[in-house]
Formats: sequence, C-alpha cells, structure tokens
Amino acid sequence: MDALFLFILLTCLFFAVLVTLLAIFAAFKYKRKKPGEIGAAIHGNTALEIGWTAIPLILAIGMFAWGAVIYVNYRTAPKDTLNIYVIGKQWMWKLQQPNGRKEINELHVPVNRNIKLIMGSEDVIHDFYVPAFRVKMDVVPGRYNTMWFRPTKIGKYHFFCSQYCGTNHAVMGGWVTVMDPAEYATWLSGEVGDVDPASAGEKLFSQLACNTCHIANGTGRAPSLNGLYGAKVLLADGSLVTADDAYIRESILLPKAKIVAGYQPVMPTFQGLVSEEQILNLTAYIKSLQSQPVPAKGSGIAPAGMGKK
Amino acid sequence: MPKKHYLNATYGIRSWLLTTDHKRIALLYLISVTFFFFIGGFFAMMIRLHLLTPNGYLLSADTYNRMFTMHGVAMIFFFLIPSIPAVMGNFLIPLMIGAKDLAFPKINLLSWYVYVVGAAFTLYSMVTGGLDTGWTFYTPLSTVYSNSAVAPAVIGIFITGFSSILTGLNFLVTIHTMRAPGMTWFRMPLFVWAHYATSVVMILGTPVVAITLALAGMERLFGLGFFNPAMGGDPILFQHLFWFYSHPAVYIMILPAMGVISELIPTFARKQLFGYHFVAAASLAIAVIGFLVWTHHMFLTGQSTYAALAFSFLTFLVAIPSAVKTFNWTATLFGGSISFDTPMLYAFGFLGLFLIGGLTGLFLGCLGTDIHVHDTYFVVAHFHYIMVGGAIMGYLGGLHFWWPKITGRMYPEWLARGAAVVLFVGFNLTFFPQFLIGYLGMPRRYHVYPPEFQVYNVMSTMGASILAIGYLLPMTYLAWSAFYGKVAGDNPWPATGLEWKTPSPPPTENFEVTPVVTWEAYDFHNRPDLGLDVPSHPAVAPTHGHD
Repeated sequence: MDALFLFILLTCLFFAVLVTLLAIFAAFKYKRKKPGEIGAAIHGNTALEIGWTAIPLILAIGMFAWGAVIYVNYRTAPKDTLNIYVIGKQWMWKLQQPNGRKEINELHVPVNRNIKLIMGSEDVIHDFYVPAFRVKMDVVPGRYNTMWFRPTKIGKYHFFCSQYCGTNHAVMGGWVTVMDPAEYATWLSGEVGDVDPASAGEKLFSQLACNTCHIANGTGRAPSLNGLYGAKVLLADGSLVTADDAYIRESILLPKAKIVAGYQPVMPTFQGLVSEEQILNLTAYIKSLQSQPVPAKGSGIAPAGMGKK
Repeated sequence: MPKKHYLNATYGIRSWLLTTDHKRIALLYLISVTFFFFIGGFFAMMIRLHLLTPNGYLLSADTYNRMFTMHGVAMIFFFLIPSIPAVMGNFLIPLMIGAKDLAFPKINLLSWYVYVVGAAFTLYSMVTGGLDTGWTFYTPLSTVYSNSAVAPAVIGIFITGFSSILTGLNFLVTIHTMRAPGMTWFRMPLFVWAHYATSVVMILGTPVVAITLALAGMERLFGLGFFNPAMGGDPILFQHLFWFYSHPAVYIMILPAMGVISELIPTFARKQLFGYHFVAAASLAIAVIGFLVWTHHMFLTGQSTYAALAFSFLTFLVAIPSAVKTFNWTATLFGGSISFDTPMLYAFGFLGLFLIGGLTGLFLGCLGTDIHVHDTYFVVAHFHYIMVGGAIMGYLGGLHFWWPKITGRMYPEWLARGAAVVLFVGFNLTFFPQFLIGYLGMPRRYHVYPPEFQVYNVMSTMGASILAIGYLLPMTYLAWSAFYGKVAGDNPWPATGLEWKTPSPPPTENFEVTPVVTWEAYDFHNRPDLGLDVPSHPAVAPTHGHD
C-alpha cells in the first residue's frame, strides 16, 4: 500500500508542480505592460483538451486498478487466520483470543501470522484502526465486519477508534503488542480463570434453556445444531441460506426473520437478553458442534441438491 | 454614482424585509451567511486553541465534541451551501443574462425567510444543549445515544433545505426563460453555467437529505426503528441516504466557486477563457457524475466489495472534469495581459489550493490508500483545501470583484492585496500539517491525542490565528468601503459581462433598456466600448454558430 501511496504522491506532485510553474511562468511572462493592453485572441485547442482529458484518465484508471487489487485482497481474508473476536462499546474495546483469554484495550498477537479480527458493536458505530499496519474497519452494530493483517515486526503499536462514537471517542484506543510466537504461546496460557468461548457458550446454551428445544439428536421442537455451522439451511420459503456468524446472530436476535423448513416460528427473541459478547460465545459453541454427527431427522441442514436457487 | 439605484430606491426596514428585488435579497443573504461564518469561525478557533496540547486544557470532551459538530453544521448548511449561490448568484444571474429580476421574485424572498426559520431552529439547538453528533448525524449515535439537542438541529436543517431547493428552482427557470436577446446558451458567462449545474444538484439532492433527516428525527423523537439495529433498522442505510445528498452538496459548494474563477481569470488576463465549451460541459459532468460517487465515504463500513469497486471507479471519473477546468484556467493565462488586482490574487490562490485539495482526493477515492487515511486528519485537510481553499477563496475573490458593482464603491486595493496574502499563508499553515498528521495516523474528531502529534497541531493552531486575522480584515474594510470607499464607476476593471454595462450600483430594474448581446463571453477583441487598446486588425472571434 505504501508503494501505491508513493505512486499517487509522485503523480500528484508532478501535476501540482507543473501547473504551479506554468501559472507562475505565465504570470511573469504575460504581466500587463500598458494599462489598456488586452490579451491575444486565443479561444481554445481541441487537441490539447483531448490530451489533458485522456492522460489524467489513463493515470486515474491505473490508480484505480492498483488500489482495487489492494482493497480486494484486504477484504478477502486468507484461510489460515488466527481469529480474534472484538467488541466495541462506548468507550472501550473488549478483545478475546481463540482460547478465551480476554483483554481490554490491549491486543497480543504473534508475529508473522495472519490475524483476523471479527468485530461487533454493543452500541454505536466504532472503527478499529491500526495506523502502523495500514488497516481499519468500521465496527457496526447489528452486523459483523472483519479485517485481517499480518504483523511482520515485533513491537508495540497504537490502535485507535476512528469512527466518531460520542464523548470519549478520543480515548477509546490502546496497543497492539506483536510478539515472538513462543512468547505469545506463554502469554496466552499465562492467565487462568478464563474459559474458552465455546465452553462459555455451552454453559449459556443451557442457562438460556436453548437446549430444551435444540436437542442434539433432532427430537426437539427446534432443529439440532450439530454440523450446522457453515452448512446450507433450507428455509420455509424454499430458499437456502448459509449458516454463518451473521445468520446465527440474526436467528438469536430476530428468530422469525428466517424460519427453518418444517419448524414453527416459536422461538422467542433474545434481543436485549444477551450481549454481543454472549452471542459470540454462543456462536463459538455452535461452531464447535460442526463435527458432531448430524441426525437423519430433525436438522435444518438442507439435503444435497435441495431447495430453490 | 447614479442618483437613484437599488440601495436608495426606497427606505425603511420594511422596504428591505419585504423586498422582492433580487439584489436586496442577495444582501439579506450576505448578512445572514456572514453571521454564520463568524459563528462557525468562533467554534473553529475554540477547536484549534483546545488542540494546542495533547491533553486539551481548554474544553471538556463533551464541549469539544459540540464545538466541532456545530462548526461543521454552521459552516456547511448555513454558510457554504448558500454563500456563493444565494449571495452572488442571486445578485448576478439576472444582471449577467440581461434580466430585470429572477423568474419568481416572491419565491426568492420566501427562500430567505425559510433559511432564517431553519437557522433559528439550529441556533436554538446550539444554545440549548448544543449538538454533539458530528455534522454527519451518523446513527444510532445521533438517534439513540446522543444527549444533545439533536431534534431542533435536524428540524432546522430540514427546513433550510427548502430554501436551497427554491433558490435552485428559481435559477433554473430564470436561466431558461429570461435571457436577453442575443444571450445564447454558449454566450452565457461560465458563472451562470456553474450555477445552472449547481441548481440541478440542489433540486435533485436536497429532497433526499430532507427525507433522511426527517427519518432520523422520527427515530429520535418517536422511537421508530429506521436505522437503529436494536429495532431491526440499518445504520448503514442512513449513511447511504445521507451521502446521496451530502456528497453532491460538496459540488453545491465548489461549482459556484469554479464559476467565479472562470470570471476572474479572463477578466484579469484580458483574454477569452481557454476552452469555454469544455469548461461549461465540465460543470455539467461534475453535477451528473457527482451523484454517483456517494459510497466512497463508506468504503470501510463493510459494504460489498463490488459496490466499492464501482464507486471508486466513478470517483476517479469525477476528478477528470475538475482537472480539465484547472488546465483550461492555466492555459487562459498564456498570451494574456495579466494584472494582479485583489480578485486575481484570490484566483491564483484558488488555483493552487484547489489543485492540492483535488489531488489529495485521489488518495481517498483510491480503495487501497483510503483504508489507511480514511477518517483521519488527512480527510480533514483534504476537504478544507476544497471548501476553504477552493470555495471560500472563490467567494472572497468574487466578493472583491463585484463589490464595486454591489456598493458602487472600491475597497482599499493594497490593504486587500495584503489580506489575500495573509489568508493564503494562514490557510496553508493551518491545513498543510493536517495532511501529515493524518498520514501518521491521527484520527479526526479527537479531543485529546498522543503527544507525538503535538508539533503539527501547534503549527495548525498558529496558522488558524493568522487565518482569523485574514478573515477579519476583509470583513472590516469591505464594510467600511461600502460607505466611504472611492466611487467605482460602472466598469472599473473593465470586464466584459453584461452586469458591467449598467450603473454601479444598478437601478432596481437592472437595465433601463433591455440589452442586446452580440458578443461571445470574455471577448475583449470585439468590444471597442470597453475603451481598451484593441489591435488595429482585430482577430475575428469564431461565432461557434449557436445563435
């Protein structure tokens, strides 16, 4: 990205200097000599117009294409990422490592690993910004945004909230610590007491009595969640939907939005009853059921080749 | 000075508050927008003083947030958007096309009253709790979480929008139907073309922001969940609707300033504008493509990658007509006979600052680089180069240029040249360092910041102090010269436009006899009436065949 920045900067400098020098040159050369003097009768030149339309256009398309490649790459995370959950709330960041270790306004990551942040907000729109890594992404309530980066140098780097979010927007930041992988492993196991998100989710799953309907063997009033994550679900209207983070979140908060084929819309909403963090834990639990055996009956997962396009 | 003119035609406060003369309405607007300019300027000074130190010694976080929000609201909705169109456009469009007034003089007066009512609501919000949502009113912060007086501000801006729509409508009808004999489309001054394009944006864009703010107001007041995700709304939808207007609104601010520059450069280079048709077409192209770039404010909201690609491409496209204009202005200088009167100094200032403002927009329109500089001080610097360096430089240049026409008197030339230089220096010192801190990663709208950014903030605050002096000077000497300045005469520069063929100040009906136009815009060669040294074998200007 810095190379592209430099390229645009040099192009800009070239045009800025060119136009400025031309204007200054003309201002001196064609300075008025006599009070009644008038300028030459020149009205335009079509070849020049075409030239100074076409050349900037070509340069602009070049910049666009280069920028597009970087952006698409930035928006498409690689497969082998270390996933970290991030929750923004007025005015702090809560971050959670894959093993459940939680941090506030601090993020520890190993060097030379692809790191993916999966981010949600408890209240207003925030934005997670690490200037040194040239990455930022809005953290929007009601949806998950993700971003990824690969730190290549050990050290401490500022991160900021860069979407205005109210009173203490300016202090809603902290530090990313990039560590040697071995040190990171030690650090990760350092703090006891935290449970990993999937276990926390499992506990919640019974506390909230989800397990009274979502019975694993498919005999409940609601579909079994075994093997659900990442699979295609057949809905009552015949359409298919992929069970990803966003779908699970929606199904918890707005259960009537997408009804699984063959089931009644009896699930109550959990809006206001669960925090964003708890939703992430529940999602992590459902994700952990991915490899569990799917019952032949009582699952929402669409049989192969089913459903309208 | 003529014995009878629009300023002394009738007397008394009623004759001003109930006037339907476009020139008097322009002066009413001039006073109101100047009032808001100084309110907005006061907030700006508070911001800059507060940011002298990293920990911000002057204001609390909440007060600081109110300062930058109200700075933006006052400057954008109540100064920049009405400034050139409602003051200079109002005054000059009828004069420039040889008409007696705008097409709907009473609607013109109504538009000023609508503006005043909207302004009153917004001022009420400012004094009863203020506003801390950012001028962008992003939801759900503005509709659910803010503790400030959001509703009256939103109502105020909603109302003021109609003033803009009425003005745009008036301009379009006037330009279509009231041109003097011989004033063909391609003989119109480019100032009129620029206002034509601006009016299209005002009419098509403003209703959308009105609807958007109405929805946000209903969500705030009645708890309807349009944008609140907790009620199934979509906060990103607000941003789409908001920027659908607010990006084109940038062109409402800059297009009229471009129109001013297209008048100043030919006048003070005494030479026809290079590529007239291309500059006119560029105004229209900017107005049209400007409607199709709004999500470049939203590349990092999580919007679809494909949408981002399309909008980035269109953003690069909209840069081209601006580049074409800049090249044409520069080319006009070649072969000219250039003087350095104050308006021309502003034109040169505009050229340099708009160039920087426009070029730095490339970093933001480009997807790859926007990731880093989005929502940092880089953006703040970029749009101040366009809106202050571009729009306000154009506004002040135009105000000096037409001041003798508006008041019949000249401003003090050397003082004015000095003020123009002070403004240019102060502006660059204020805003150039902000590009650097933005690149280094300082986010915008921060009331405190890490100490490594302090040196740039101190430079910026120093510049702002110089800038403040630069604005107080013209305010003072222009007001003084309106009463005590040297009598200007009908056409002091001289310039080629129709507005200079009537006395200064003009009579209420503008022209005693309807003028007949037989010349191209900015054509000094076929204008012996200007009293300049036309060469003995005048070059025959091509007529372009558009009669």
